[in-house]
Amino acid sequence: MSGKSLVTATINGEEKQFLCEPRQSLLEVLRDVLYLTGTKEGCNDGNCGACSVIVDGVLLDACCMLAVEAEGSSVETIEGLATGDELHPLQRAFLEETGLQCGICTPGFLMSAKALLDKTPRPDEQQVRHWLAGNLCRCTGYDKLVRSVLKAVEA
Amino acid sequence: MKDFQYLAPRRLDEAAALMAEHAGSAQLLAGGTDLLIFMRNGRKSPEVVIDAKKIPELTRLQLDAGRLTIGAAVSCRTVWEHPEIIEKFPALADAATLIGGIQIQGRATFGGNLCNAAPSADTVPPVIVYGATAHIASARGERQAPVEEICTGPGLTSLAPDEILVSLSIPAPQANSGAAFLRFIPRNEMDIAVANAAARVDLDETGETISAARIAIGAVAPVPLYVEAAGAALAGKPVNDGSIASAARIARDASTPINDMRGTVEHRKQLVEVLTARALRRACDRARGEKIQ
Amino acid sequence: MSDTSPKNGFNVVGTSPIRPDGLDKVTGRAQFADDFHLPNMLHGKILRSPHAHARILSIDTSAAEALPGVRAVVTGADFPAVRHELLNQGTAGVLNIREMSENCMAKDKVLYDGHALAAVAADNPHDAELAVNLIKVEYELLPPVMNVRAAMADDAPVIHEDFHPGGFIAPTEKYLPNASRLQLGNGDPEQGFAEADLVLEREYTAETIHQGYIESHVTTVTWDSNDYVTVWTATQGQFALRDHLADIIQVPISNINVVPLEIGGGFGGKERLYIDPVAAFLSKKSQCPVKIAMRRDEVFRATGPSSGTYIKLKFGVKQDGTLTAAHLHMAYEAGAYAGGPLFLGVMSATSRYNIPNIHIDGFDVIVNKPTMRPYRAPGAPQALFAVEQMIDELACELGMDPIEFRMKNLMRSGDRLVPGFPLAPIDTEKMMETVKAHPHYQAPLEGANRGRGLAYSIWFNIGEISSARMQVNPDGSVTLATASPDLSGTRISLAMQAAETLGIDVEQVSPTVSDTQSIGFSLPSVGSRTTYSTGAVVCEVAQEILKQMCERAVLLWETDAGQVSVENGVFSNKAEPGQTITFNELAARMFETGGPISHHRTGHTQSFIPGTAAHLVDVEVDPETGKVDILRYTVFQDVGKAVHPDYVEGQMQGAAVQGIGMALNEEYFYDDEGRLKNASLLDYRLPTSLDVPMLETVVLESPNPAHPFGVRGCGEISIAPPPAAIANAIYDAVGVRLYSMPMAPRKVCAAVKAAEPAKAA
Ligand SMILES: Cc1cc2nc3c(=O)[nH]c(=O)nc-3n(C[C@H](O)[C@H](O)[C@H](O)COP(=O)(O)OP(=O)(O)OC[C@H]3O[C@@H](n4cnc5c(N)ncnc54)[C@H](O)[C@@H]3O)c2cc1C
Ligand code: FES
Ligand code: FES
Repeated sequence: MSGKSLVTATINGEEKQFLCEPRQSLLEVLRDVLYLTGTKEGCNDGNCGACSVIVDGVLLDACCMLAVEAEGSSVETIEGLATGDELHPLQRAFLEETGLQCGICTPGFLMSAKALLDKTPRPDEQQVRHWLAGNLCRCTGYDKLVRSVLKAVEA
Repeated sequence: MKDFQYLAPRRLDEAAALMAEHAGSAQLLAGGTDLLIFMRNGRKSPEVVIDAKKIPELTRLQLDAGRLTIGAAVSCRTVWEHPEIIEKFPALADAATLIGGIQIQGRATFGGNLCNAAPSADTVPPVIVYGATAHIASARGERQAPVEEICTGPGLTSLAPDEILVSLSIPAPQANSGAAFLRFIPRNEMDIAVANAAARVDLDETGETISAARIAIGAVAPVPLYVEAAGAALAGKPVNDGSIASAARIARDASTPINDMRGTVEHRKQLVEVLTARALRRACDRARGEKIQ
Repeated sequence: MSDTSPKNGFNVVGTSPIRPDGLDKVTGRAQFADDFHLPNMLHGKILRSPHAHARILSIDTSAAEALPGVRAVVTGADFPAVRHELLNQGTAGVLNIREMSENCMAKDKVLYDGHALAAVAADNPHDAELAVNLIKVEYELLPPVMNVRAAMADDAPVIHEDFHPGGFIAPTEKYLPNASRLQLGNGDPEQGFAEADLVLEREYTAETIHQGYIESHVTTVTWDSNDYVTVWTATQGQFALRDHLADIIQVPISNINVVPLEIGGGFGGKERLYIDPVAAFLSKKSQCPVKIAMRRDEVFRATGPSSGTYIKLKFGVKQDGTLTAAHLHMAYEAGAYAGGPLFLGVMSATSRYNIPNIHIDGFDVIVNKPTMRPYRAPGAPQALFAVEQMIDELACELGMDPIEFRMKNLMRSGDRLVPGFPLAPIDTEKMMETVKAHPHYQAPLEGANRGRGLAYSIWFNIGEISSARMQVNPDGSVTLATASPDLSGTRISLAMQAAETLGIDVEQVSPTVSDTQSIGFSLPSVGSRTTYSTGAVVCEVAQEILKQMCERAVLLWETDAGQVSVENGVFSNKAEPGQTITFNELAARMFETGGPISHHRTGHTQSFIPGTAAHLVDVEVDPETGKVDILRYTVFQDVGKAVHPDYVEGQMQGAAVQGIGMALNEEYFYDDEGRLKNASLLDYRLPTSLDVPMLETVVLESPNPAHPFGVRGCGEISIAPPPAAIANAIYDAVGVRLYSMPMAPRKVCAAVKAAEPAKAA
């Protein structure tokens, strides 16, 4: 056993320090240590994208990264997507286009879609489908979900 | 998961010393997309995890007079976002965009894919057909090996427990050369290859005759397989359906697949033949300067 | 009586407002089961059998108990013998509580890979898992029985020395050591086959599949010193969970409160308990709250997937296309314990065509797999995969258009269903005509290896018991509580029905899902029943609220009872033209007129409400690899009334894509020892966004007389047609029929190859 490490990272623009064991994933620490439970767990092995977050500008699955690796990094989660009370255009589009049913996959899709729009501001349907393929949704059949992203592009 | 010690050396010699000190009980951590899963399900339980991503030699991506060096800890996404790689080494980009989804590509590395030594590893056939050399370091010194000699069986490599894969280097492609990588999965994304195939062809200046070719196939043998005979059979042959079909047949005959949850022997043999032929056609098209995404 | 009946024109129903819980779901604030934390909470992990069939000889937990951080260990020995084995649940069937308990924690035998044997609670989940792995178990291995045909064979190993035949809705009779039987029929099949000009016999198989909800099963339980037990979890039915839990852990039902948190999908798979009793006993022993979160592999191995099947059909038809006779042998996996979805499969197999002479022989078959539970239109996709392919094959043989052929035999309202009762009112002809007239059906399909397929379905939605409580507040807002967990936006469709009935804005209604101590009993959110059945009860409650408010207006205006009427939220006095008061104004004066206005009702609605769906699909087959791509897809569905059209379309699309998944790739893959090899989302292969195109929807509305707005329920049916529609399209594309689901590339490839010499000849 190596005890706990102190990690300093910027989370949603704010510098945070937390203690964690090396075996704790970033997902575990976000949810169980920092209580940022908006990032979801669907599989804990990189297969569903429910835990999608953006680390230093790169979209990844928080379950496939150790929290200790986040030292010095900047982490964006769903909790930081809106600016105060101002929803991100993607969040608004998901509400208006009913891009969610149960909503468990929603934070992951929103973070993935945000990473896409950061890189490709005007994706077409095929680009959206390709980019979102690392996120599973079992409820929507993806139709309204993809439409939501396309609507946010128009906005 | 059992707890472990996490170390993040910033120098290669430091990392090599740590690997020597903990040989057998340490694992290098690149993207972790294999390692963390294996640690979670108990297939691996290292006492020390050494992060590879802070070591400059392992994170370097460099094109130098056409020669490409990919650090072992460079992510797939870094590779497919690189415009010159897309242009000059399209089969690498083909493979890099296929691994997992975007999230996995942001973490998964070429080095991890090779050292994890899955028979289905998607980046390995392309680096084989490009004739890549593996650069390996340890506290005992450095060595080089052709990349097709790294994987020795499912999950097994020719690296000693204290050795670190530093980078892969790929010679500059000749003029009139093209390569492609294809794989078959039941879904369209997020799946492990049922079979895959990479092909590289060098055409003569007419673009009608193959002067040299290399073919490698995956998920159809205990390791990603370099099928030298398939490439050799194409040397001097015209670019046509007949020569492509006979090379694809040789690849099929070289395969020794198994039945498992991802595919059957029969289907895999069929697929490897089809994929080899399609990859060859695409490689020829690219060699003739056609842009194919 | 005051006139409070709803009008023909709708104000709220048929619009698509934003759901009240949406904001929290797009900002990450919604509280799902795993987002719930309590101080001092421990984490439980479960030891599961790696063997499909074995006797437990011994369990040694000492090493686990000795590990630092471990606070409690339980095994089957901690689970009491069950007080009464059978629980009669009316139309839900007969439940065997002893088996349910042993499914949560095995006592003598393990019956499937993943069967729970022991559990540990520790300070953190990692140490709990390490402790679980220190538990030593000795097994005596028994031969596994892995599919229905093996289980029904003469020399099959016997899984239970004795078992109660299954009772999912209709009772079955014990028939073989591993199987019970259900027979239904009508007419004289032998005679019918004799009258036929063409008789086809075919066999169809399907593999076990999973609902694949993205949220795992998670529960947090406290067992306090007064033996009060509180459960915070995601469930489709908090009351079923409460009642089953009470029987298993043996405390009075009134001591248990089940608090439903936000639920991340269920599709039928979250109406049964697995981990809650385990967490309860761990909490009792450790005197701390205990959370158990299943890993994804545990979800696949040890929850309630849906049956693999073996179906054998014999159909007879006259040259003019009239069906004369059918014989159906339908064997459905029950899994480890009896009571799979057999009845619903049998019920939905042919119920849309009139077949005068029919015999259905159904079998509920015990195998060494997890206990099968409902999955959206349980049993129907497998049944339709067989029957709708048979229909297509018959039409092709006769050279008839598949729609004409279906029209010829189409069941209409009042016709006799196989179980003997008549088809409730629905316009089945309009559905067929709509498909026929649709541009997708009319469009030419060009290109090699492309084909088009159709499948048609009638499914029966459940009504039964629902509860709702409504309270008018002095500011005019309305609190609406139901006992129906919201899996997909039903809170908004219930609020809309309340607002429509009350004549107010939907924003005025706050819908919530209550815990078991705050509202009356309700059946779970299953069977497409929430918007229909709970909706009907909500409307009744709203009517009662309006009645009370009319009485308040009577008092206020000192007029005669019966003089006050209400329309669109405005009350008026017939005796005094021009005297009106709005809903909000009247609410503000409730304390002058007798105090709070509220009503609670537990109501009952009719079951077996039919819904229809037809799916039309264009595919392209790669004959060299066997890959099937979906090019175009249209879902036609009669929903009675679309309360919230966007969510109705969402149900149609979501169900269709689940059906596409099971058609093409989803399956449980077991090795010869009965170990599940693909217990991950990577290898189970749910469709991704790249696997499907946009899905066009065509909503038909033939009203359901059993609901005030005509709602039929729409959640399930569209999962049923895709496998058959895709199979028919594959045939159209490459001329081969796939009789085995999933129609994975390896099978399509093999079928194309097998047909090649025949074609060449
Ligand atoms: C959802 C999902 C989808 C996937 N899809 C694909 C796919 O489509 N195709 C595919 O091929 N793979 C796939 N994989 C597997 C995995 O992502 C790849 O193998 C990836 O390339 C591994 O790289 P990594 O950097 O994550 O390796 P890690 O997990 O960090 O390492 C893998 C192994 O290699 C060792 N190692 C790493 N770097 C070095 C080094 N420099 N020297 C010596 N040893 C080293 C590690 O110790 C470890 O044993 C998938 C995985 C997931 C979770
Ligand atoms: S929880 Fe991380 S990808 Fe599924
Ligand atoms: S909305 Fe339920 S999984 Fe996507």
